[in-house]
Amino acid sequence: MAYSKKVVEKFENTLNNPEAFKVGRFDPKDSNVGTGMVGAPACGDVMKLQIKCEPKGNTHVIKDVKFKTYGCGSAIASSSELVEMLIGKTLEEAKAIKNVEIVEALELPPIKIHCSVLAEDSIRQAIEDYEAKQ
Amino acid sequence: MSTQSTIYLDYASTTPVDPRVATKMMEFLTPEGEFGNPASRSHRFGWKADEAVEEARSHVANLVNCDPREIVWTSGATEADNLAIKGVARFYKSKGNHIITSKIEHKAVLDPCRQLEREGFEVTYLDPDESGVITPDSVKSAIQDNTVLVSIMHINNELGTVNDIEKIGEVTRKHGAFFHVDAAQSTGKVDIDLQKICVDLMSFSAHKTYGPKGIGALYVRRKPRVRLEALIHGGGHERGMRSGTLATHQIVGMGEAFRLASKEMKEDHNKIVKFHEKFLDKVKEIDHVYINGDLDNKVPNILNVSFNFVEGESLIMGLKDIAVSSGSACTSASLEPSYVLRALGRKDELAHSSIRFSFGRFTSDDDVNNTLDILGNVVHRLRELSPLWEMHLDGIDLDTVEWNAH
Repeated sequence: MAYSKKVVEKFENTLNNPEAFKVGRFDPKDSNVGTGMVGAPACGDVMKLQIKCEPKGNTHVIKDVKFKTYGCGSAIASSSELVEMLIGKTLEEAKAIKNVEIVEALELPPIKIHCSVLAEDSIRQAIEDYEAKQ
Repeated sequence: MSTQSTIYLDYASTTPVDPRVATKMMEFLTPEGEFGNPASRSHRFGWKADEAVEEARSHVANLVNCDPREIVWTSGATEADNLAIKGVARFYKSKGNHIITSKIEHKAVLDPCRQLEREGFEVTYLDPDESGVITPDSVKSAIQDNTVLVSIMHINNELGTVNDIEKIGEVTRKHGAFFHVDAAQSTGKVDIDLQKICVDLMSFSAHKTYGPKGIGALYVRRKPRVRLEALIHGGGHERGMRSGTLATHQIVGMGEAFRLASKEMKEDHNKIVKFHEKFLDKVKEIDHVYINGDLDNKVPNILNVSFNFVEGESLIMGLKDIAVSSGSACTSASLEPSYVLRALGRKDELAHSSIRFSFGRFTSDDDVNNTLDILGNVVHRLRELSPLWEMHLDGIDLDTVEWNAH
């Protein structure tokens, strides 16, 4: 399958320089950390997204993000793309992120749109987890 | 050419044309060459082309030890499979409407069977055993009085496992069912002697054996005679079984490729066995690696490996200077894990993690060494990226996790 140049670049950069692209983990028990994990190995993709937040005014801001993804190149690129969008956003802003933004940024073909949906779901779950801890 | 820096380890999907074959093909195209229509009976152009076609037919027949009159040219193994399966089923439909095939066949066999189901035939799809093989016993227990055709592949294209077509042939002959074998992956890899085995129809492809794409052949046994209904009409070429002007240069190419295969099979095999051994030794050094298909019963040119906790497509993308495939090229555009590995009983995640490496005549030591250097590294880096690997290292049994599947 032919990937867009953007997916290939994103995938390769993430693979070659994982730390710079926020691959890793936070302690999930940390009260500042929210964890979301979506997908299933049997379906071929699992995304784990963690956000580290701090209060700001009457909301919370995402200060840092870590992720790990098992899946095809588009799934890995989608997670990496999402992570970049998140840092510095308030939780309300993060909740408003739609999968089409990832689709457009990476020029995902129709057969790979589910990768972006997975990314969108992972941020929702991570925020839910964080909010439940507050 | 930019692709030249890429290492080619996908010989099971197609091979390059051997330069000796290409040279020979060139003699049958241009005004200076023998460009005639082999069906022209009235002049030397036709006679010369016909001679070349018949010589090529003998080369193909010679490789599998049959009569040249039993070889029918087709556009490839897919057409040969279609002609064998639909042709026999439709010709003999008054005798029975039951067909037996297997779940690990190529789509070129499965799809014609599905078509026959739509036409009212009943098809049994056999499961392989866990080593990846269709056993003669499973054929025996599925055979019925109304079974007209059994179609089982010789060598599986994803795993390289070899079915015992000799024993299966004994079963089908005893029960009076015709036996078709897809041998697209076999020629030049293993010996085939059609005088010794009870196979009634066999499909061949040129482009998996260093010949050109777009040409193949179907073996149709004369004694006992097999008859079939043609798929393509228009001139009655190939004794009515396949009409259409014969593609002389393609046929000559297939003939030459098969002639070289019978001459050089041993040499090719010895070289490839060494690559296979080396590859296997190195791959086994990586943790949580599973070899798919029985090592004691497979051809060495195909090696199918699952790297647990790493998804196959991302691994292929990570191996960007190496041409390999996940299973078969025909299904790699879909998101489904390999149906062959699933039929083997492999868990879905291992089926998602499989890569097929296939070696050939033009593979070099450097190709193998460089691939092995890169492979371990890429698997390691993808695992660092994998939440499943992290969970595994934390001692979590992935089978007990409740996943948020989509």
